[in-house]
Amino acid sequence: MLLELLKVFITFFIIGLFTIGGGYAMIPMITDAVVSKGWLTFDELLNFVAIAESTPGPFAVNTATLIGFTHFPDAPILGAIVATTGVVLPSFIIILLIAKFLDHFLEYKIVRWVLNGIKATVVGLIIAVFITMLGTNLFEGDISLKNIDIYGIIIVVFIFTISRVFKKKVGPIPIIILSGILGYIFYWLL
Amino acid sequence: MKSIIELFWTFFKIGAFTFGGGLAMIPLVQNEVVEKKKWLTNDEMMDLIAIAEATPGVIAVNTATYVGYRIGKFWGSLLATIGVVLPSLIVICIIAFFFDEFLAIPVVNAIFKGIRLGVSVLIFNAAIKMFKGIKKTLVNYVIIILALMFSLFVDINSIYIILIGAVLGVISQLIFTKEKRDDDAA
Repeated sequence: MLLELLKVFITFFIIGLFTIGGGYAMIPMITDAVVSKGWLTFDELLNFVAIAESTPGPFAVNTATLIGFTHFPDAPILGAIVATTGVVLPSFIIILLIAKFLDHFLEYKIVRWVLNGIKATVVGLIIAVFITMLGTNLFEGDISLKNIDIYGIIIVVFIFTISRVFKKKVGPIPIIILSGILGYIFYWLL
Repeated sequence: MKSIIELFWTFFKIGAFTFGGGLAMIPLVQNEVVEKKKWLTNDEMMDLIAIAEATPGVIAVNTATYVGYRIGKFWGSLLATIGVVLPSLIVICIIAFFFDEFLAIPVVNAIFKGIRLGVSVLIFNAAIKMFKGIKKTLVNYVIIILALMFSLFVDINSIYIILIGAVLGVISQLIFTKEKRDDDAA
């Protein structure tokens, strides 16, 4: 248990350290660290993202808390605290150092170059996660034309169109509510 | 002492009332930290956003730590950070207690099947937004495509791909700035 807590702490510390440019940048790393280790399925991760987006608080913290909580059924709150501390600590340490020693941190050329490389990489990684997620959701694991979920494609195309057309006015919560309604119509009523 | 408690409480409120975190919290921070408490000037706030976006980690936490340090040094930063995180921790733990049972209801399960698809769209939109935030250079396109291909087809941890991307970012700048210098010389 102690070892597993330490493992979760280190996992989230590394994720926190490499999350640059907002919470969604951590999704590829969570996928690697959590889904590939069998701690969660892709579907569970997507449920968690939905919860993290529709509850108050920073997205990255919410996600870490949820995963820590569910990973330790015997000590959920301890698990949540450990995962959250892990994801927050790198920010805390780095900003403390910057505030203390490096107020002109962004004026260093090398910092900008590294950041540019990382941001471009993260774009590619997030698109890869999107493709994989869509694959698991629309084909239920078995990729063949016969197996395709037509309703799912309709939902994705519809939600994507709405989110692009009204991108300034529609936040994540209306999108989640709308996709929930579509889920209700297509997977329950029809 | 009083200011440290004030820091904690201010960031607790910010944590409790921002949804999605990150840049969504900026207006709230602006209102509390710049306008009401006058802990930072508007210019300092702009610098802070740039630093928070550019450094690793959670933007909300970066902001809390930075403001906390400016007002109350180490303890200020610690209390502000705990303040911004605590509402999430409490709310999420409460939700997580009930979530599995909630999801076991068939109609809820159907609804969440739709929500998961909506969330994948949100993830894709996050990629579009980040793409708009970077310079449109050939090097960046190459990095994006390499990262995508490696992630999809090679069994390699994302963290290594990010490290490779950081190195490529530096190397490409070194090469192109050097070429530019040669051009200037010629």
